[in-house]
Amino acid sequence: MTALHDPRLSSIDGPPADLVIRRAHVLDPNASIDAPHDVVVRDGRIAEIAAPGSAEAPAGTEEVDGEGRHLFPGFVDPHVHLRTPGQEHKEDLETGTRAAAAGGYCAVVAMPNTDPVLDSAPLLRSLRDQAAREARIPVGFMPAITVGLRGAVMTEMAELRAEGALGFTDDGKPVVEAGMLRKALRYQKLVGGVIALHEEDPSLSGDGVMHEGAVSARLGLAGIPSLSESTMVARDAALALDEDARVHFQHLSARESVEAVAAAKAAGAKVSGEASPHHLLLTDEAVLSLDTRMKMNPPLRTEADRQAVIAGLRDGTLECIATDHAPHARDEKDVPFEAAPMGTTGLETAFAAVYTELVKPGVLPLALVVERLTAGARLMDLPTPRIAVGEPANVCLVDLAARWQVGEAGYESRSENCCFAGRTFEGRVLLTVAAGNVAYRERSFAVSAA
Amino acid sequence: MRHLLSIEDLDRDGIERILARAASFAEVSGREIKKLPTLRGRRVLNLFYENSTRTRSSFEIAAKTLSADVTNFSPSGSSVEKGESLKDTVQTLSAYDPAAIVIRHPHAGAAALVSRWTAASIVNAGDGKHEHPTQALLDVFTLTRRIGSLDGKRIWIVGDVEHSRVARSDIQAFTKMGAHVTVCGPPTLIPRGIEALGCDVRFSLEDLREADVVYTLRMQNERMQDAFVPSLREYVAQYQVNGRRLSPRQVLMHPGPVNRGVELSGDVVDSPQAVITAQVEAGVVVRMAVLYEILAGARSGAPAPATPGPVLA
Repeated sequence: MTALHDPRLSSIDGPPADLVIRRAHVLDPNASIDAPHDVVVRDGRIAEIAAPGSAEAPAGTEEVDGEGRHLFPGFVDPHVHLRTPGQEHKEDLETGTRAAAAGGYCAVVAMPNTDPVLDSAPLLRSLRDQAAREARIPVGFMPAITVGLRGAVMTEMAELRAEGALGFTDDGKPVVEAGMLRKALRYQKLVGGVIALHEEDPSLSGDGVMHEGAVSARLGLAGIPSLSESTMVARDAALALDEDARVHFQHLSARESVEAVAAAKAAGAKVSGEASPHHLLLTDEAVLSLDTRMKMNPPLRTEADRQAVIAGLRDGTLECIATDHAPHARDEKDVPFEAAPMGTTGLETAFAAVYTELVKPGVLPLALVVERLTAGARLMDLPTPRIAVGEPANVCLVDLAARWQVGEAGYESRSENCCFAGRTFEGRVLLTVAAGNVAYRERSFAVSAA
Repeated sequence: MRHLLSIEDLDRDGIERILARAASFAEVSGREIKKLPTLRGRRVLNLFYENSTRTRSSFEIAAKTLSADVTNFSPSGSSVEKGESLKDTVQTLSAYDPAAIVIRHPHAGAAALVSRWTAASIVNAGDGKHEHPTQALLDVFTLTRRIGSLDGKRIWIVGDVEHSRVARSDIQAFTKMGAHVTVCGPPTLIPRGIEALGCDVRFSLEDLREADVVYTLRMQNERMQDAFVPSLREYVAQYQVNGRRLSPRQVLMHPGPVNRGVELSGDVVDSPQAVITAQVEAGVVVRMAVLYEILAGARSGAPAPATPGPVLA
């Protein structure tokens, strides 16, 4: 069987789906579709896109009622933590990809800050084997730039690339030494693959636990100034420009960082950036509660920063939405704020959060959000999911009118540290098809075989 | 009032109610037999994750004066090394059915967090650099006894504001009582955005004379090691409150323990304008008032103070 996903991605390759999704409003900015259609999936590929109610499907094909619902291309998240190997009490490949499928994702890219760190080809090979047995949707891996994330010695990038590495990142930590990063950017000319960067100057972030500002001053919490991120973005954009290297800035949170990315692009640097739903929706005011689910790195910043991240996403300075899905066990988060680990889950809520808070009020167009939720593929040099005849079926069916409370029915993720817990969102994923396999069906969503 | 977690939670009326109660307890302190039956048969646990001599003993004396049974529990070191989480410790101690837990912890929000894990009333005796509400209450108590109403008074808080929970609680308490607060210290030790608490910021003692009250903070040696200031010598030269800088009409306060010769010169510590000892005295009656308020006050639903029953709420 020909795999319906890129060879560098790994997942359980189940029986390819045969379905017809009737009368859904198909919206795919990458394929220039925005109208109701019947979509026929045969052998895991999109076989036909026909006028509503007109597609003919062979007997036995599952009929999915898409009336009043939206069919989007499956989302691609270039930045998730699946915690495998070593921290499976937080998440594993099965639970993490189940959460992703429930959020409408058809592919995710896992970060290497695991235990042990993903920094060698044998480990990458074994992880990919494991993903082929456990992952519900295709998973790609980004191994570390430096051995052990220690910022001192490059990983064997050529061998890792041959084993399927999409690119490299020391995510969770910055590459502190400019000279070290410069070597990695030069080496990229041999091995290819994007270098993705978590930007933070530890001499400025120190032991900070939240954004530095009025809220941290009030709470007596050590602050992480915006400059900790933006000065490193500016520095590394300059390195990328000079080396003509391909650099991706992860989870940007500060206004100054968005400005630095825009300036670098204007100068001709091949850089890209991502925005996370929590930075798009929340500010440091949320930390006043000292709720540890509001603790993440980079931290929630001010309203001006939030608006800058939204504007950056709108004008394309930031190409994609990435969740930075970072699960932590309940007892790890059930501690005082300063003692809690950084991170929030996000895969199951990303679309609904952005749809409810930014699309419905008219801040961002729906088509733009759908594009930004799929753009992670292109940034990782993966094919972008498209709803077009002949393409592998990567789609999600969403009921935009369905209201639900985050956490009310638990989570597919093993962890429940979601910063949106308790909020009511609109937009429920009913069905996800990833690489031609049905990866998720919402529990109450009835399907009827013809 | 069920818990005392922060000054932020109190309004001016709440502060005045506690201080009026403290004033009535102050009379008891003058008596030969310093004991009231109010909290007889009720357990108060002192849970201190940080070393503290005066705050802990002050709470202990306050609880014992109200006839509560007091147990000191100091998990610092041993229990932490054994890996027990705060939640597990609190749930274990809750099995002893305490009426109140007085907690000091190195992390902000610890007291509020603990209040969600136990049926006991919680008193915050200091959480990280966040708040130290009973210190602020005793400071207001001491000050109003010395100078009367704080309305319109100018209070300078001098020193390491960045690392001070006392400063954060005092700024709010003094402001709520009508005073105008200015914080002053090395720019490296004044947190950005502190103005949001309603205070002014100065970096030099030049205008210290405008203050009615000078409240100095303890300068810790480790701040020098962390390079917040170049040297102790330079700190002393710039920020020590001494006879030369202090005018005789100003009231001098300090949360203790004092580093003589650092933030304060010895002569001003011993001067009549210093109310540092009065602050310590006030600590007991104010903490009695707080325990009374949360365990026996009108809104707690607990038995009236005169009729201590077989209470283990």
